[in-house]
Amino acid sequence: MRVKQKTVGSDRQIMSHKSLWHRMKARWQLYMLLALPVTFIILFHYVPMGGLVLAFKKYDISKGIFGSPWVGFQNFIKFFNSYKFTEVLKNTLTISIYSLLASFPLPIIFALLINAFPGKKYKKIIQTTTYIPHFISTVVMVGIVLQLLNSRIGIYGQLYSLLMKEPATDIIGKGTMFKHIYVWSGIWQSTGYNAIIYIAALSNVDQDLHEAAKIDGASRFQRVLYIDLMTVLPTATIMLILAAGGIMNVGFEKVLLLQNDLNIGYSEVISTYVYKIGLARGMGDFSLSTAIGMFNSVVNFTMLVIVNFISKRLNGSGIF
Amino acid sequence: MKRWMRYGSSDKIFYGVTFLVLTFMFIIVMYPILFVLASSFSSGQAVTGGKVFLWPVDFSLEGYKIVFHNRDILNGFLNSVIYTVTGTCINICITMVAAYALSREDLPGANWIMLLFTFTMFFSGGMIPNYMLIQKLGMINTRWAIVIPGALGVYNLIIARTFIRNNIPKELLEAAQIDGCSDIRFFTAIVLPLSKAVAAVLVLFYGVGHWNSYFNPMLYLNSRELFPLPIYLKEILISNQIDPSTVADPELQMRIAQTADVIKYALIVVTTVPVMMIYPFIQKYFVKGVMIGSIKG
Repeated sequence: MRVKQKTVGSDRQIMSHKSLWHRMKARWQLYMLLALPVTFIILFHYVPMGGLVLAFKKYDISKGIFGSPWVGFQNFIKFFNSYKFTEVLKNTLTISIYSLLASFPLPIIFALLINAFPGKKYKKIIQTTTYIPHFISTVVMVGIVLQLLNSRIGIYGQLYSLLMKEPATDIIGKGTMFKHIYVWSGIWQSTGYNAIIYIAALSNVDQDLHEAAKIDGASRFQRVLYIDLMTVLPTATIMLILAAGGIMNVGFEKVLLLQNDLNIGYSEVISTYVYKIGLARGMGDFSLSTAIGMFNSVVNFTMLVIVNFISKRLNGSGIF
Repeated sequence: MKRWMRYGSSDKIFYGVTFLVLTFMFIIVMYPILFVLASSFSSGQAVTGGKVFLWPVDFSLEGYKIVFHNRDILNGFLNSVIYTVTGTCINICITMVAAYALSREDLPGANWIMLLFTFTMFFSGGMIPNYMLIQKLGMINTRWAIVIPGALGVYNLIIARTFIRNNIPKELLEAAQIDGCSDIRFFTAIVLPLSKAVAAVLVLFYGVGHWNSYFNPMLYLNSRELFPLPIYLKEILISNQIDPSTVADPELQMRIAQTADVIKYALIVVTTVPVMMIYPFIQKYFVKGVMIGSIKG
């Protein structure tokens, strides 16, 4: 900021001499423009945050949120002590960590290869087609997964019986397969899209570095490793921090839609459990459901802050 | 070819491997899409018998005929169009206005207001408090519940704000101010016309979001006539419920049982095509938009 003030010079100095009130009054039209969006954010984001008090109360419809009696941490304790707690937490963490480990490096590798590949036209075709799955909606995606993995008529069923010479076994209903189906269908859908950011970062590589490395006899592979990879590292760090902030967020819609009675023991995650306790059946337990949801948000936010702190310590890049 | 000769042997191996990996990825991504397309144009027996691999077998439009004769699907399609168009319009207006005001560096407190917005990206009240709010506002089972609550996406706001900051020169603002141009007039006369590229990106992001949205409509709507397409899709694709009585033609009713799978494939194609059709037009801007968003994430 200080540097900026010096360069802008007299204009800035006059500005800062004026009182804050004057500067605000001069911009009254901008505040007017912001009135609606700010009201919006407060109404639809901060008011529900206030609704989190429900987690510490025993909700009584007749008394409303504020009239209901306080119960302290009773709702949280009820959740931690229920037999569902370990199952739901284990499923959530298994799916999300598996998903992170498998789907985080792939877009980077894909971007590095695309960037290093010399054929311009071929490159363009591959890049454009690999975005396509990103635009398929969750409902349709799950529909496609169920059709293609059908053990009788899907690609899976056909290839299996073609190669193994016997009818395929059902994998949709197999609980242990749930996480693989979830994670790999996600990778199919998002790798191309997630690579965009890295490809963009790679387009800013200093070409002099490549020239210098070439003169020193570095092969293309070595240049990918020592120049390109280093270039995308800061971007990758940011993406990792953001991913860590969502460690307890498993794609809720997709899990809900992929669930069936046979795999429920492996597919029930915190967010779907929140939904089922609170809203899916007629008379939900709003307080318990809010408490579980809040537990989820707090863990996420804490993870975000921790990973951000570590990353700032290690290499100076963070999101705040 | 000439270039290929110039590469050293280790580079040749590297490029060869790269080519193979990229081609492999291309096939993995494209094959399911082609399979769905081919199946949607095949006959019921061919699909149920597992005869389709890459090309339609016994070419037929039966699936599409049934899809277009189904009242539920037509109704859902219409509702989805309504939600997408109105929702996106509201989104664009509110996002551009907020992005412009927050892009101005001479606005006292802009950073604090921005913090108010960005915090909501990382922390939220959760499902139940949201539901209770919508209930309190009397929006349950109305179209408003679908288009209003998500009217401002903070991520998109950041994209638009960054775009305006980087693309509208400060000198333009100074010159306009000397000529006595007000802040609102500067927005409508200069910023908006110069922000078409970012508006296109926002249309794509918000529009696709509305078109594909499933959970909120499911949560907030009860009457079938208000349901958007994804809810009907879920019934047919995932819960395997296609009600023969919703198809007017009795002859078609008979055939539904035999063609259930073809119907599903046709339905997948019909609902995904609208999104795919706008994509090529916006593609150029879209990559830019993702890049802007990532720089100032």
